[in-house]
Amino acid sequence: MKKSIGVRIWRISIIAVVSFYLLMPLYAMFDFSTKQFGLGGKSRNLDSWRIIPSQPDLAIAITRSLLTALIVMALILFLIVPTAIWVHLKLPLLRRPFELLCLLPLAIPAIVIVVGIAPLYRWISINLTESPITLSGVYSMLILPYTYRSLSAALDAVDIHTLAEAARTLGASIGRVIFGIIMPTIKTGIINGSFIAIALVLGEYTISNILNYKTFQVVIAQIGRANGNVAVAVSLASLLFVLFLLLLIPNKKRLGTVLDVDVK
Amino acid sequence: MTQIPIQGTGPAISRTSSRYWRSKSAYLGVLPFLLFSGLFLLYPTWNVISGAFQDESGKFGTKVLVEVFNSSSARAGFRNSLEISAQTAIAGSILGGLFAWAMVSGKQGGFFYRYSVALSSVLAQFGGVMLTFAFLATFGFNGLVSTFAIKYAPGSFLAESSWLYGKAGIAVLYTFFQIPLMVLVFLPTLENMKTQWREASDALGGKTYEYWLRVGIPILTPSFAGAGLLLFVNSFSAYATAATLINLSDFLTPLAIATALTSEVGGANPAEAKSLSAYMVIVVVIAMSCYALLRRKVSKWEQSR
Repeated sequence: MKKSIGVRIWRISIIAVVSFYLLMPLYAMFDFSTKQFGLGGKSRNLDSWRIIPSQPDLAIAITRSLLTALIVMALILFLIVPTAIWVHLKLPLLRRPFELLCLLPLAIPAIVIVVGIAPLYRWISINLTESPITLSGVYSMLILPYTYRSLSAALDAVDIHTLAEAARTLGASIGRVIFGIIMPTIKTGIINGSFIAIALVLGEYTISNILNYKTFQVVIAQIGRANGNVAVAVSLASLLFVLFLLLLIPNKKRLGTVLDVDVK
Repeated sequence: MTQIPIQGTGPAISRTSSRYWRSKSAYLGVLPFLLFSGLFLLYPTWNVISGAFQDESGKFGTKVLVEVFNSSSARAGFRNSLEISAQTAIAGSILGGLFAWAMVSGKQGGFFYRYSVALSSVLAQFGGVMLTFAFLATFGFNGLVSTFAIKYAPGSFLAESSWLYGKAGIAVLYTFFQIPLMVLVFLPTLENMKTQWREASDALGGKTYEYWLRVGIPILTPSFAGAGLLLFVNSFSAYATAATLINLSDFLTPLAIATALTSEVGGANPAEAKSLSAYMVIVVVIAMSCYALLRRKVSKWEQSR
């Protein structure tokens, strides 16, 4: 289809303006992280990138946050997904309440959840453990709407009732039906949910900062107070890491499920 | 959002009555999830809502709610929050909507399209600490643009970084993640517009502007407004970005909540935090309900995706 000159000018100028807005701060991060401050600092170098590995707390925080992400993924896999399948299969009356429960976090901003959950985490850190990994509990609830959406779309696309009955008739146990038969057929939905889990855990600041847990973002903010260059370098590195993760996931299926994700 | 479950319910009911699936004990299957979500989701929600109706000593009443409602600093924070959310929702949805159109009008599945989608998914999540650093590196002290401005336009506001730490700065930062979010939300809508509509309009002698005025815009309005509401909620609930950018503890409602909750010099006031939270939830619930209603209005052609 031939496009008129007017449309083409519009298109180019929109792309130029928005790309400038979105890409300039990213370039500025790179620029800032290679700058030399202080006297005689004319030349550029990668010093602040080089000292990333030697930052105190950073390696620990990354390990912890990745571990937390793993636990959130496990919770999705062994608690949320089986329950969603169970409700779809056996408890049609509960479908509506279950959906409402899963969508509830959309109405409760993270900053409000913190207010409500602070006493629980105070109790946990006094009586059980002070490890930030316990945050996986509240994180898995925060992403519930997105998990639910990708799951329910996947579950509706497959006739799981026929699959389940066929498997049962052939003698499979109910555990086998859920984990061995149905879960593999909704793999894409589960993978999408897991990606969102990683993105959320690595990017979460609100809850962990207010509850005084040293997660990845909290540590970056800490580094930023001491050494801006390094903090900017770490931020850019983690942004590129998430972009890399995203490009690993097949492109077409992802768009629908990353819709209205919010972790700020 | 609402259509899909309804489609599935039919067979679910008829199948469940088959002899394999008839048992009251099936309800036990949801128990682990119910306990878990009860602890980490329902309990905090209940804690906030019920706590809003209690005073400091735990007695039932609307005293704190009224106090917060009449407090001038809480009102100012709320007004700032609403104002910034509305501004960034409008700016974000217009720029993001236009950019999504620019993506769709190019080659589908081409290089530009694919990378724009990937980058949007990442940048829509790019809030908080890292976003603050990105903009400090751009407009802050010694930043890219401010260094440039000091050299070539010493008198301009860009040369000084103070604007960044106020309402304008927060709005600019928030718009940064609103644009890509809008792209993600709005792109499927634009992709589902039928080329036949345009062809029909062309065949009947319609000009480009007539097509947009009479067909395009009326058809897109409900989903555009819905996306705008989503953006509004997104920036209304945002905390991390503002918290790492400015030190004013009650400039925005989320900041005021955090201060009321954590202030260590005897000022900690959980009752106030809960009341502020309750007001926030009210705004979010209203916006999300409007969003749900608008989604229902969005006609069948879009639901088919």
